[in-house]
Amino acid sequence: MEARDIGVSSPVGLSSRLEAPSRRWGEKAIFAALAVCAALSVITTTAIVISLLGPAFGFFQEVSPGDFFLKSEWAPAQELFGVLPLVLGTLSVVLWGLLFAIPIGLGAAIYLSEYAGPRVRKIVKPVLEVLAGIPTVAIGFFGVSLVTPLLQDIWPGEFLGGPPGFFNAGAAALCVGLMIVPIISSISDDAMRSVPAGLREGAYALGAGKMRVALRVVFPAALSGTVASIVLAFSRAVGETMIVILVAGNTPNLTLNPVEPIQAMTAYIGVTATGDIATGTIEYDTVFAVGALLFVITLVANLISIRLVRRYREAYE
Amino acid sequence: MTEHVTEQQRRTDEPSAGPAEHRRGLSHGIAVTEGERPQKGVTRDKVFELVDVAVLYGGKPAVRDISLDVYRNNITALIGPSGCGKSTLIRCFNRMNDLIPSAEVQGQILYHGEDLYGPKVDPVQARKLIGMVFQKPNPFPKSIYDNIAFGPRTLGMKGDMDEIVERALRRGALWDEVKDRLHDNAYGMSGGQQQRLCIARCIAVEPDVILMDEPCSALDPISTGKIEDLMLELKDDYSIVIVTHNMQQAARISDMTAFLIVELDADEQNRWGRIIEYDETEKIFTNPSDKRTEDYVTGKVG
Amino acid sequence: MSDEFEPRTERARLAVAGARSATMAALHDRPTGEAVRSLIFQALIMFAVSIALIGLAALLIDAFVEGEGSLSLNLLTEPTSRDADNAGFRTAILGSLWLIGGVVLLVVPLGVGAAIYLEEYANRERWWNRLIELNIQNLAGVPSIVYGILGLAFIVRGPLDLGFVLAAGSMTLALLVLPTVIIAAREAIRAVPPSIREGSMALGATQWQTVRHQVLPAAVPGILTGVILAISRAFGEAAPLLLLGAATFVTADPSDPFSGDFTALPVLIFEQAKQAQSELRELAAAGIIVMLAVLLAMNSFAIWLRNRYEQRW
Repeated sequence: MEARDIGVSSPVGLSSRLEAPSRRWGEKAIFAALAVCAALSVITTTAIVISLLGPAFGFFQEVSPGDFFLKSEWAPAQELFGVLPLVLGTLSVVLWGLLFAIPIGLGAAIYLSEYAGPRVRKIVKPVLEVLAGIPTVAIGFFGVSLVTPLLQDIWPGEFLGGPPGFFNAGAAALCVGLMIVPIISSISDDAMRSVPAGLREGAYALGAGKMRVALRVVFPAALSGTVASIVLAFSRAVGETMIVILVAGNTPNLTLNPVEPIQAMTAYIGVTATGDIATGTIEYDTVFAVGALLFVITLVANLISIRLVRRYREAYE
Repeated sequence: MTEHVTEQQRRTDEPSAGPAEHRRGLSHGIAVTEGERPQKGVTRDKVFELVDVAVLYGGKPAVRDISLDVYRNNITALIGPSGCGKSTLIRCFNRMNDLIPSAEVQGQILYHGEDLYGPKVDPVQARKLIGMVFQKPNPFPKSIYDNIAFGPRTLGMKGDMDEIVERALRRGALWDEVKDRLHDNAYGMSGGQQQRLCIARCIAVEPDVILMDEPCSALDPISTGKIEDLMLELKDDYSIVIVTHNMQQAARISDMTAFLIVELDADEQNRWGRIIEYDETEKIFTNPSDKRTEDYVTGKVG
Repeated sequence: MSDEFEPRTERARLAVAGARSATMAALHDRPTGEAVRSLIFQALIMFAVSIALIGLAALLIDAFVEGEGSLSLNLLTEPTSRDADNAGFRTAILGSLWLIGGVVLLVVPLGVGAAIYLEEYANRERWWNRLIELNIQNLAGVPSIVYGILGLAFIVRGPLDLGFVLAAGSMTLALLVLPTVIIAAREAIRAVPPSIREGSMALGATQWQTVRHQVLPAAVPGILTGVILAISRAFGEAAPLLLLGAATFVTADPSDPFSGDFTALPVLIFEQAKQAQSELRELAAAGIIVMLAVLLAMNSFAIWLRNRYEQRW
């Protein structure tokens, strides 16, 4: 008879076999290290906020918020701190850019999701991704080298005050618009494709044509995803630096007129923080004040977009 | 009915691998002759003792009032209609429910007399002794060799890895089929082979108990037959608990069977599983004590 | 139409709207009107797609046209020089490569570590884990120039005080692309089926052993693809580097990431593009061609990697 046959109730030392061989310090250490990696994101955000708020706070001791937000002349060297020209400069590029990008992006999205066959999709979608990956210096160069001269050539006479100059918001807007088309088209396409097939098929079964289904069923269904993509594109456009420096120029200008040169918020930061302004001066602090404003605008836009994306994902889960 | 008797006879007629004591998986040392039933009250080695066990997910019970003993070198089957919590229950035996944050296990589960959920017990250690095979075969995306070797390597088992792998594959009735392609990807195998690989993988770490959660439900009848034969061989060295929705399978291979049902509460909002009857397999299938058991095993209900 | 039937779910509401619209079209509209409008619509959206594609093509063609005159092997071998005829991009290319090297060293452990934590260890119910996730999503959308400010305040100056050196550039760019890597790594890890983890844990492996020996190896192709995409982005970034002291006229090859001036390809191109002289503009275009070629190589490699090693579950 083997030992097993005898009614031994418990193998020797079972409780020690069930206990952990060590306190598993290794596992705990690894957990801590991984948590630190993840917490770095929070640290980074905090650092960004601190790096902006500190000097911005100092700035607002010297310059009243009223002056900053409401006055309309920006020339820190001459102690003029009205940020409106910078904001309007950014807005000019962004709004005209969106005016270009939204129809193109949405049109592309509808085409890809409702009309294009799988083979066309396979080609067009990656090509749009390529557009998304082009470095902004290259797009900026394109603006100076082709878009501005083209605009100047085709501009109808004195419209809006004459053909655009070498630096102008319109060309920058077109470039920025081209840059953000993939954001709108990609996210909207995803949103439209996640509309359940049943909804489309119901309408088709009643005799609706493709256009009607696309516009009356799919587009409204994907609305929050589409709007999210536009908000995200807005945020990305607001934060763009290289294109506006190269194409729109660096002259603060209180206007939305696309033929005019302007200076965007990002451009201001880009040319000032590298320049020869002494640190610690009020002029230097303007960089942080403008940076803080930029951060807040994009933060709000991003939060809205995150919210919207969550909503469209939930609608069909 | 006749079929059952034939099955029993056939089992005792078969030349057994070991001494007579191993027939019918009873380890009390008393020889059992054909047709004779073991007497009640004889002490058998208990691997698990469950007393008033319940499992709750997010506060809602999935199974409750579970009390049973699992015996050494037996195949213990849990049967019942779907939703009665058989899988939930079997996952208690190796603390796999720990992996679900909202799960809570109440009651007492003893493993060889020790509280399996005691404060000092390390679930990782417990799982080395209590292995599990899942419903859908889940080999790792590695070679056959590495699938088997993963357990022993990770657990730091000493010995020649080639030997360990061969031994596990032989024991898992897979060696002859794969010995020439040990380094092929496991995903190239058929479903039945993959499941036997999972069983061999489990055996490689030398457990004490093997839990099987519907191991054959994703397989064809021939693979199922091979695995059932394998289980009957493995029973000599391991204690096996199997969840199955296939009654005939339970009748074919198990020594003890627990029958669970779904119960609803008063306003039909909550449902949970509970054991109706737990007894020797032969009794459950030929002469059950509870009418609900009889209805189920004769196919009158679900 | 009577309003007795009020659709209760969003889905039903949309379905009804679609059905209503289709029915009304069938009953009211003139068939030819609908067909014509449909065709015009289709033409419009195809036109939209074409504009995007033409825009991309124009960009690429323009760069080629402007720059191909200056294309020569010299570009890769000669350092920056005031002499436009002999100037090359060597210092800038090397600078960019060093920068990217630093980014990879930082971003892989930090990004994969964060992704593992979020996917394998973090309890989603806890507020601090949701805060971490929200932060990552936000950081993905912060303008790159703000990262430049961050780098200026904390790395170049401030606590780390490294000065205007290449390491500071690497660290700042690493922070910039970290959210991208984390998001990609998370997706790769999430794609590994839970059954693999269960199988491993059921054998008596610890959580880390499971992650290290089962989950990570299976997720590596996806993670690698994400890393390559992230460094593609970092390679093309100029804005933060402007604030971190990336000088444009640097003639010495990079040798020490913690001292000395540094430059990068996009920064150099930017400076050249700004100039009025046409030779410099042509040089800028040539630089763009080089930059796009490198990016093409990187992305093709990523796609090849993904196709070759993708695990089909």
